[in-house]
Amino acid sequence: MIYLELLWSFIQIGLFSIGGGYAAIPLIQTQTVEIHNWLSMSEFTDLVTIAEMTPGPIAVNSATFVGIRIAGLPGAVIATIGVILPSIFIVSLLAYIYRKYKSAKGLDSILSCLRPAVVALIASAGIAMLITAVSTGEVMMYGISITSIVIFILAFFCLRKFKFNPILVMVACGIINLIVSFIF
Amino acid sequence: MDIKKLGKLFVTCFYISAFTFGGGFVIVTFMKKKFVDELKWISDEEMLDYAALAQSSPGAIAVNAAILVGWKVCGLIGMLVAVLATILPPMIIISIISFIYDIFITNPIVKLVLEGMQIGVAAVILSVSIDLGINVVKQKNILFILIIVGAFIADMVFNVNVIITILSCALIGIIKIIYDKVKREVIE
Repeated sequence: MIYLELLWSFIQIGLFSIGGGYAAIPLIQTQTVEIHNWLSMSEFTDLVTIAEMTPGPIAVNSATFVGIRIAGLPGAVIATIGVILPSIFIVSLLAYIYRKYKSAKGLDSILSCLRPAVVALIASAGIAMLITAVSTGEVMMYGISITSIVIFILAFFCLRKFKFNPILVMVACGIINLIVSFIF
Repeated sequence: MDIKKLGKLFVTCFYISAFTFGGGFVIVTFMKKKFVDELKWISDEEMLDYAALAQSSPGAIAVNAAILVGWKVCGLIGMLVAVLATILPPMIIISIISFIYDIFITNPIVKLVLEGMQIGVAAVILSVSIDLGINVVKQKNILFILIIVGAFIADMVFNVNVIITILSCALIGIIKIIYDKVKREVIE
C-alpha cells in the first residue's frame, strides 16, 4: 500500500532528522532515492535546489514533492502528516517536561554527540550530489564534465571567500551552465 | 476558546512561513519579532528557550517552534492551528512547483539551467558542512572528532543506514552521560 509506505518513510525522516534544515537531507536521500527509488539522484538534487529557493522547511517541501509524484495530492498530504507527526508528539512532550523542570540536561549531552555525526552525513550527501552534478555537462573527460567542475570551483569560492547569498549563487550557476552549453 | 486569538495565530504563522527563506534560525527570529515584540504573547526569555528546544528536537525547526508557540498561546487547538498554518504555505508552493517541474523538465533550456543549479546547490551544501564541521573541531573534543570521521566513513565507504549511524551516536551520548556521572562520583 503506497500511502502506508509514504507515511512510514516520512515518519522516519521526521523522527531522525535532528538539528533542523540540512540534517533532513541525508535521511530524505536514503528513503526516497536508495530504499524506495521514488526519485533519481538527479531529481533528488533538483528537489534540494527547489527547497532551497522556496520558503518552508526542506522536510515539508520534500514530503509534498515526493507525495505528489508518487500518489498525487492525497500522497502529499499523507507524506506531510508523516513528517510532522514525530515532532508533534516529541516536542509536545518536551514542552511539558520543560514547563515542569525548566531544564533538559541529559538531552544536551546526547545532542552534543549527535551533532558531529549529522555534520558528517550532510557532507556525505553533499558529495553524492556533487558527483551526480558533475557527471553530466559539456567537455567530458573520464566521465566528469570539466565545465561543471569549473562552475563548482567558482561557486564554492564565491560562497567561502565572498559569502555570496546561496540562492544568488545557485541561480548564477544555472545561468552560467546555460550560456556555456550554447558556446560549446 | 478565543476564536479571535486563534485567527491571529493562524494568520501570523501562515505569514511567517510564507515569507521566510533560509530555514529554521531565520524563522525563529521572525517569530520573536511577531510573538514577543509585537503581540507580546510570549516573554523574551521563553522564546529563547523555545528556539533551543525547537532546534534540538527531531524534525523541522519551524514546525517545532510552531508547536511550542501554539501550545503556549491556545493549548492543543492552538498547537494544531499553528502547525497547519506553518505547513500550508510550503505545501501550496511545492504543489504548484512539482506540477510545473513535470511539464518543464523536458524543456532543454530548463534542463540546462537546473543542471547548473545542481552544481550550485552541491557547493552550498558542502560549504555549509564545512562551517558546521569547523564548529565541531573548534570544541577540541577528541570524541566529537572521532564521531565525525567515523560517521563519514560509515556513510561514504560502508553505506551504513543513516538511522543506524544516528542511533549509534545517540547511544554514545548516553554512555558518555553515565561515564561522566561515574567519574564524578569516584572523584567525590
